[in-house]
Amino acid sequence: MTKPLLQLKDVVLKVNRHTPEEIKILDHLNLTINAGDFITVLGSNGAGKSTLFNAIGGDLTIDSGQILLNGRDIAHDSVEKRTRFLSRVFQDPKLGTAPRMTVAENLLLAERRGQRRGLMPRRLNKQLAHFKEITATMHNGLDQRLTTATGNLSGGQRQALSFLMATLKRPELLLLDEHTAALDPQTSQDLMHLTNERVQDQNLTCLMITHHLEDALTYGNRLIVLHHGQITFDVAGAEKAALTTEKLYSFFAEIE
Amino acid sequence: MSLMVSAIGQGLLWAVLGVGLFLTFRILDFADMTVEGTFPLGAATCVAAISNGMSPIVATLLAFIVGSLAGLITGLLYTKGHIPILLAGILVMTACYSVNLRIMGRANVSLLGKATLFKNHFLEGLPQYFDSVFLGTLVMVVVTGIVIYFLQTQLGQGFIATGDNQTMARSLGINTDNMKIMGLMVSNGLIAFGGALVAQNNGYADVNMGIGIIVIALASIIIGEVAFGDLTLNQRLVAVTLGSILYRFVLLIVLKLGFNANDLNLLSAIVLALCMMLPVFKQAFNFKHILKRGLDTND
Repeated sequence: MTKPLLQLKDVVLKVNRHTPEEIKILDHLNLTINAGDFITVLGSNGAGKSTLFNAIGGDLTIDSGQILLNGRDIAHDSVEKRTRFLSRVFQDPKLGTAPRMTVAENLLLAERRGQRRGLMPRRLNKQLAHFKEITATMHNGLDQRLTTATGNLSGGQRQALSFLMATLKRPELLLLDEHTAALDPQTSQDLMHLTNERVQDQNLTCLMITHHLEDALTYGNRLIVLHHGQITFDVAGAEKAALTTEKLYSFFAEIE
Repeated sequence: MSLMVSAIGQGLLWAVLGVGLFLTFRILDFADMTVEGTFPLGAATCVAAISNGMSPIVATLLAFIVGSLAGLITGLLYTKGHIPILLAGILVMTACYSVNLRIMGRANVSLLGKATLFKNHFLEGLPQYFDSVFLGTLVMVVVTGIVIYFLQTQLGQGFIATGDNQTMARSLGINTDNMKIMGLMVSNGLIAFGGALVAQNNGYADVNMGIGIIVIALASIIIGEVAFGDLTLNQRLVAVTLGSILYRFVLLIVLKLGFNANDLNLLSAIVLALCMMLPVFKQAFNFKHILKRGLDTND
């Protein structure tokens, strides 16, 4: 029996509050994420996908409703506090890493995600062998560049590093916001394979926004579609496995 | 010779300003104007405290604390009040002017006949100007050492990450507001500490002594970087002190050329502007290429 990890109940999020242009980006949205779910998120531009992530992450405050993590309402916790259970990878490779710090220094920062940082020495050298080992699993030469400033890496290497950092300390929930979209097709596919491998191996609970219908169908055990701030389509298991791109296209044509 | 020693001594005493500003200008990556107010604030606090019978050591440390409180106000205006950092700094700098006059009671207070850090048997026994060389070296070794240690701690790494990529820092659970406030507090504390040292060395505090301070502090950072090229973070912090000394030599040369002390702010600004534009010049004139060609004898 799977238990709910994160529940969004009747969540409303507005922009341009108290002005004539007020819009509900999330409109009484309900979503239950079970532990171990790998959910792909589809939806047209402006459907509220990124806003959903920002509401879960705490960058945006919801106007009403509840966000329950293991039954506890976290809707008013700060971004920093939520990082104890949550990690994210952004679409822009530049957002996920500190450019003037080295690959190893970035990994060291990620290792303490959501934890207290005190006046103890960072002990980088002790970790170098471990970092070399885990970066080698990315198969893109990252392990040879541990002492390189991340600003000097390629976009693909930077994004692979961002992903590695997000999973270095196991998150209860991983949010991937089109994390392969800015990469060339081959690099994008490599990172997608790696993502799937790691999510399976570590049995991570994961939400992944994508515009690739094939990716949305190939990966994950569940697929949801966001439309006008609500979840209009939600399939899992065998039903998801039976989906085809044609069926999705016809569904999209219907709701537009 | 004594002019050289004097320049080195002044460079060492003023270098703490460069290290202070490094924390905000280079690591947090913004220009903090508060320092123009906290430098005389430190001087005023120290001079007033000594005049009221406090020991020079305690008075100097008090200057650090008062300076960091000014930094705290700038930090709160910036992070919680959402005032742009440049304006937040200017606001506190302007307010400091009135506060400094209140502290001192008038525009200029002399330390004539009063105890200072420089008035003890050991420093007075040294040859002329070697007192500031000794005290400056001691201060810079301690301050640079503490800053280098701090930046290598878990907290220090979070501080660097905040200036480098705020979005990432927040997504890793680093409270970036607190990091910025902390940086502004330590930075302005060090600047005020520098103000206290300079006031005791000069023998007075003046309400106008803050004008152009940010240029002087930036000059030690930039000259250090330009002079020594590619450095690690730790080396760059040491280079600030050397940059501060080099800057004093530049001033010495300029004064020898016949300019007087009233021209110093203009000259400082020109020196800093030239140093900051150096990368542009390098590209335009392709210095390195020309130099290399000149050295190559084989073709």
